[in-house]
Amino acid sequence: MKKLSVRRRHPLAALVVLLLALAATGGLYATLAPADEAQAEASAQSLAIEEGKKLYDVGCSSCHGSGGQGSSDGPSLTGVGAAAVDFQVGTGRMPLQQPGPQAEEKPVVYTQAEIDQLAAYVASLGPGPSVPNESAYDPSAGDAARGGELFRTNCSQCHNFTGQGGALTHGKEAPALDNVDPRYIYEAMVTGPASMPSFPNSTLPEEEKQDIIAWLHAVNTADSPSPGGLGLGGFGPVSEGLFAWTFGMGALIAVAVWIGARTAKARKS
Amino acid sequence: MSTATKDPKTRGKAPAGEKIADWADGRVGLYSLAKANMRKIFPDHWSFLLGEICLYSFIILILTGVYLTMFFVPSMAEVEYHGSYVPMQGVMMTEAYASTLDISFDVRGGLLVRQIHHWAALIFVVGIMFHMMRVFFTGSFRKPREINWLFGWTLFILAVFTGLTGYSLPDDLLSGTGIRFMEGAILSMPVVGTYIQMFLFGGEFPGHDIIPRFFVIHVLLLPGIMLGLVAAHLILIIYHKHTHFAGPGRTNDNVVGMPFLPIYMAKAGGFFFLVFGVIAAIAATATINPVWVLGPYRPDQVSTNAQPDWYLGFSEGLVRMMPGWEWVIPGGYTLNFGLMIPLAVFPGVLVLIGLYPFFESWLTRDNREHHIAQRPRNAPTRTGLGVAWLVAYGVALVAGGNDVWAVNFNLSINAITWVCRIGFFVFPVVAFVITRRICLGLQRRDREKVLHGRETGVIKRLPHGEFVEVHEPLPREALYTLTAHDQDRPAELGPETDENGVRRKVSPLERLRVKISRGYFGEQAQIPKPTSEEYREITSGHGHH
Ligand code: HEC
Ligand code: HEC
Ligand code: HEM
Repeated sequence: MKKLSVRRRHPLAALVVLLLALAATGGLYATLAPADEAQAEASAQSLAIEEGKKLYDVGCSSCHGSGGQGSSDGPSLTGVGAAAVDFQVGTGRMPLQQPGPQAEEKPVVYTQAEIDQLAAYVASLGPGPSVPNESAYDPSAGDAARGGELFRTNCSQCHNFTGQGGALTHGKEAPALDNVDPRYIYEAMVTGPASMPSFPNSTLPEEEKQDIIAWLHAVNTADSPSPGGLGLGGFGPVSEGLFAWTFGMGALIAVAVWIGARTAKARKS
Repeated sequence: MSTATKDPKTRGKAPAGEKIADWADGRVGLYSLAKANMRKIFPDHWSFLLGEICLYSFIILILTGVYLTMFFVPSMAEVEYHGSYVPMQGVMMTEAYASTLDISFDVRGGLLVRQIHHWAALIFVVGIMFHMMRVFFTGSFRKPREINWLFGWTLFILAVFTGLTGYSLPDDLLSGTGIRFMEGAILSMPVVGTYIQMFLFGGEFPGHDIIPRFFVIHVLLLPGIMLGLVAAHLILIIYHKHTHFAGPGRTNDNVVGMPFLPIYMAKAGGFFFLVFGVIAAIAATATINPVWVLGPYRPDQVSTNAQPDWYLGFSEGLVRMMPGWEWVIPGGYTLNFGLMIPLAVFPGVLVLIGLYPFFESWLTRDNREHHIAQRPRNAPTRTGLGVAWLVAYGVALVAGGNDVWAVNFNLSINAITWVCRIGFFVFPVVAFVITRRICLGLQRRDREKVLHGRETGVIKRLPHGEFVEVHEPLPREALYTLTAHDQDRPAELGPETDENGVRRKVSPLERLRVKISRGYFGEQAQIPKPTSEEYREITSGHGHH
């Protein structure tokens, strides 16, 4: 101790302290690196928001207003969250082309990177649901049986038993859910597009959303099993009745005509 | 052990079959019974086989239904599902639904038999409708066959209700919604509705009784009655003999065709297997009522695209077309016209269909027996009415599926409903007018053909330059066929006064009858068929080409 106190006033002491301080800062820097990454991310984020705003101003502001406040041609986007943008633009609904009963699904016009930027910008306008992690909508992690019950309770009144789609009033419709990416199923539930109600986690917890996705995966994809044979569209008695009248009765009448013509006197010698 | 044993048959001994036949004949008079009926004649025409399609699908329904009954559990007790269909694992459901899943996935051949049973049910009722149309449009319901028309009509109604009770048995979300609909329909009946509902369900909906009750009705009561009616229907056909279309040698007093045994029987047997084959092929390739994805019935759940099987689509459509009017009358009772009116129209229409033969015989006062099937064109008003009815029926069917059409053809469900509402009244009228005109046109063409012969397409130039088409006279058989029918005359009111100059009393009903009769058989409603005088005059060569 004495030595240290003696050399305290050594001309190089200041330098040593400086070195030590630098080392300590370096160590601190190393341990606190995430904070800095966050800072870097934050700047990337602000870059994305900036880019997103540019895209937004060109493609969306005419309807949704220059600051997302909405206009007579489109609703306000404040608080709809990144999930809504990812869903609306990723399924080709937005940008809207022509007014109709409901936004049409068109070919997607933005790259996923651009969609992320748009989403970042809209998310910056107000807090809202964010784009879910893949683990949240992985169908294989859900319980299809429970999902089926939840689907029949919450969704089938509009989308049909297995999500084959159903009509709403005045040309609106709840679309068929085959071939919808699980991510969009999840996002549709949290954001509630058009006349669909939204199902926030407070009413439909995350695991239950996953169960619903598992159910749809089990019964309504191109490779879900169809033990009974041709599915006839899954529309139930209407398509079955049509089939019975056309193919069923058609085949039987053809057989009847054939048998009716096969009379004993038909053999001409 | 390869030594062939020769069996020395004594010549005098009758073969076993003959002995059994002899034995039976001695006790139940089989020979005379068979002799009387074996040579019954059945005419050949494909449309006469429509009834057989019904008969065979009914037999298929009984055979497959017996198989299903062995595995189906008609109980509404709750169980947790642990069968082999994964997406239903652990779901609470009634034993009825669970056993239907078991039939579909864990019983050998169960799914195929279920699908055969259900497809056969749809085709059974389609067949009945086609068969009824055949009988209606050919006037084969006329004396002496009115009673058999009623038997067939009852079978039609029972088939519809057997179907309703059948597709309700699995207790899935779709059929449960149907039962709920039925409950609503019953409740909409003024005064008696609530009592009937409580009686049928044994308490509040859904209760625990409805599936077991429907089961008994479905597998025992209705099929039993139907079996009896089918037998009665067939006995009457044999007794009346079959109708046939007019032709040379085919008159009102005979039937030309093949004897029941052996030819007809062989054909019928073959036809049975063909019908079975077609239905089995459909059932093996196309899903029907995939209850496993519909889920068990729970009163708090519902799905869009919830329709009854097609044979009740008519009533569904009527309800969907009807505006949802209701009145609350003093005392707090609700009159629900949105359900009451359609559900009064439904049986009302059925009654009209059942009574039609009696209406026509009242109209024509025709007491003769008719064994010749009419060609639809020769009864233009009846044919027009039939087509008008079919169009109204079709409109109601379309309305019953309005949501399915809306989704698949990107239409507005409201627009479809409005088109159906208006179309239900307008289209049948248009169809009636058009059909009657077509019939009259065909009658006119028949008349032309009889009087002037068939157009050959050969053009001849006459000496003075005129071009004419050569007409070739019809063969005598064709002439007969085209003129064999008789034409009803419109009824007359008779003289205003009787022989004493006193005004005759004519009942309003009689006046109505005369009016309708003019509409049916008056000048604007049929083309007089050529008489033999006209024919002779023209063919005697007065310069007609
Ligand atoms: C032509 C006008 C128009 C344009 C351009 C347009 N939108 Fe929209 N947008 C609408 C309308 C109208 C709705 C409401 C549609 C509906 O409910 O079906 C809507 C809805 C949305 C929603 C859902 C809001 C919610 O409440 O969930 C989002 C998110 C959205 N738009 C984003 C965008 C983005 C991003 C763009 C640009 C790429 C864009 N829109 C371009 C008119 C437009
Ligand atoms: C009130 C009726 C209604 C209910 C209930 C409903 N939806 Fe929807 N759903 C709609 C409508 C309408 C749309 C179309 C929105 C649009 O096109 O803008 C839709 C769209 C969707 C989409 C997007 C489909 C596509 O093609 O991109 C999915 C996924 C979806 N719904 C899932 C669900 C799920 C899961 C539930 C239950 C938790 C549900 N919906 C409940 C009406 C409904
Ligand atoms: C006469 C005409 C009949 C009609 C129109 C008819 C119609 C139907 C229909 C539509 C179903 C629903 C099938 C499904 O999709 O699951 C059904 C089920 C059933 N029927 Fe019939 N049926 C008839 C006769 C019979 C007979 C005679 C029996 C028994 C002897 C029977 C036994 C059953 C049983 C047990 C079920 C329930 C099993 C199941 O749904 O898997 N049916 N019937």
